Amino acid sequence: MTFSPALEQRFAKMLAGYPEGRTRSAVVPMLIYAQDEVGSITEELIQEVAKRCGVERLKVDEVVGYYSMLHRKPMGKYHVQVCTNISCLLVGGLELYEHCSKTLGLGHKQVSPDGVFSLEEVECMGACSWAPAVQINYDFHHNVTPEQLDGLLDGIRKATKS
Amino acid sequence: MPTGPLYPLTPHPLEIRVLTKRFGTPNSASIDTYLADGGYQTFLKARQMTPEAIIDELKTSSLRGRGGAGFPTGLKWSFVPRTSPKPKYIVVNADESEPGTCKDRLLMEYDPHQLIEGMMIAAHTMGSHKGYIYIRGEYRYLVESMNVAIEEAYAKGWLGKDIQGTGFDFDCYTHSGAGAYECGEETALLDSLEGKRGIPRMKPPFPAVAGAWASPTLLNNVETFSAVVPIIRDGGAKFASYGTPKNGGTRLLCVSGHINKPGVYEVPLGLNMMKFINEVAGGVWKGRKLKAVVPGGSSCPILRADECDVAMDYDSIAKIGSMMGSGGMVVLDETTDMVQFALRIMKFYQHESCGWCIPCREGTTWLKKMLQRYHDGMGQESDINLINELATNMLGRTFCALGDAAAMPTISIVTKFRDEFVDYLSKPSMRELVGIH
Repeated sequence: MTFSPALEQRFAKMLAGYPEGRTRSAVVPMLIYAQDEVGSITEELIQEVAKRCGVERLKVDEVVGYYSMLHRKPMGKYHVQVCTNISCLLVGGLELYEHCSKTLGLGHKQVSPDGVFSLEEVECMGACSWAPAVQINYDFHHNVTPEQLDGLLDGIRKATKS
Repeated sequence: MPTGPLYPLTPHPLEIRVLTKRFGTPNSASIDTYLADGGYQTFLKARQMTPEAIIDELKTSSLRGRGGAGFPTGLKWSFVPRTSPKPKYIVVNADESEPGTCKDRLLMEYDPHQLIEGMMIAAHTMGSHKGYIYIRGEYRYLVESMNVAIEEAYAKGWLGKDIQGTGFDFDCYTHSGAGAYECGEETALLDSLEGKRGIPRMKPPFPAVAGAWASPTLLNNVETFSAVVPIIRDGGAKFASYGTPKNGGTRLLCVSGHINKPGVYEVPLGLNMMKFINEVAGGVWKGRKLKAVVPGGSSCPILRADECDVAMDYDSIAKIGSMMGSGGMVVLDETTDMVQFALRIMKFYQHESCGWCIPCREGTTWLKKMLQRYHDGMGQESDINLINELATNMLGRTFCALGDAAAMPTISIVTKFRDEFVDYLSKPSMRELVGIH
């Protein structure tokens, strides 16, 4: 399995950065960076990461099950993550999540049939002073109103259709 | 991406910007801006100091860990066996995930070189040559921007071999997490750094002695490492003078919730909480009354409005039974539904419990189920005591602090807002048949 030249370069640098004989350390970052390119944590990817980090396949597999940002099945091209933890909850985060769920017709961790959107109700993402907050893939959106979220989603819809 | 600066451009008169002093400077994250402001000179100063002298300055500053536990930093630094023949490592905890907390993000976004310099001073003190910044997976843009800052530092000879002809070598790397609150616990973070599930380790040995890859490791929060630079630059006494005895310096407070001016502010320790809420943060929103305050992240016992006339430092808040925690202050107005609030906190801890030890794994699960049932209108008055009792039985019986973090707010909410729980029983609209799943 090979990745894009940029990712290969990143991996090479990463593996060289840990102390000698400690390449297992690269497992978590390698999985998340590779997931961004591959789309999800596939069996092939698990085996590849195991090979590159010099550990048994199972030691990678058990890590996949632990971290909430690692997905065994592809999420949407645009993974919409709405925070409903306390700071967001107090200023409309739950209503925002429910609004988003209705607009997209998706529940927690569901993916739209065309694969464009997925939705997740997430835990605190560190945007508490700018709540309610939404992350679409890795991009933060702060002080989001339902109308603004509709605008963001419409923009994505238009961009993916054209 | 975030648009516009995430901090108020004009400091409030009660703010003292020490760690955030460059925040308003254009291109504050660039190495040129940092160098123009005397950046990395403190590392050169530290090179002329003995490790003992540096640790003494930290002790004088009375800096305490800014991650949540508030352990005296100078003491923590003194625990690392500097003469050990093993390699020593510097690890930055940038896994900021305590609900209500969003300050380390700004320190990395707007002043990454201050953090790198803090790590370098630590490395010189410990005789370490490698440092890792463990950044939560959600903060990908910060992994990228920290990498840019690290590249800049290598390019200008402030990282790598023989830094600026001092004969000192130091390499610095970022390491991304992948979504796990538990990895903010220092030993779980180290397991995660080693490529494993983030599960806490039995202590002792403490990370200072056997941390990353079983070697002596100095592990501090982003804000703690960042504070080292002004302390060594201007002296520990200067930093201490901003705060109160044993609670030196300033700290970044992130205020959120029902407040007029939510934001991140750098204030001296010991500032009165009500003064902070009303003057710096603009008061409770919509002209409403204050009901309660979570003083430092969701794991802190909640304070009733009448308890909030208190100096904000570690010891004063501990005296009234709560914690300064991570600096994540959440303000609740009089309309807040405390049952829903308690449930949301427990949902979080249940989701984030790593499952390693039973009191936490089972305790958070049962507490969530009971609070959910209560919230859904199927509660009984006896549940209030049961919730309290279950949470109390978790205290001090878990491997790491996550169990306590789940129990403490719960106990304080059901105790201090018991009336609201009782009132909830008579809410007919909430009554739907919901079983425990």
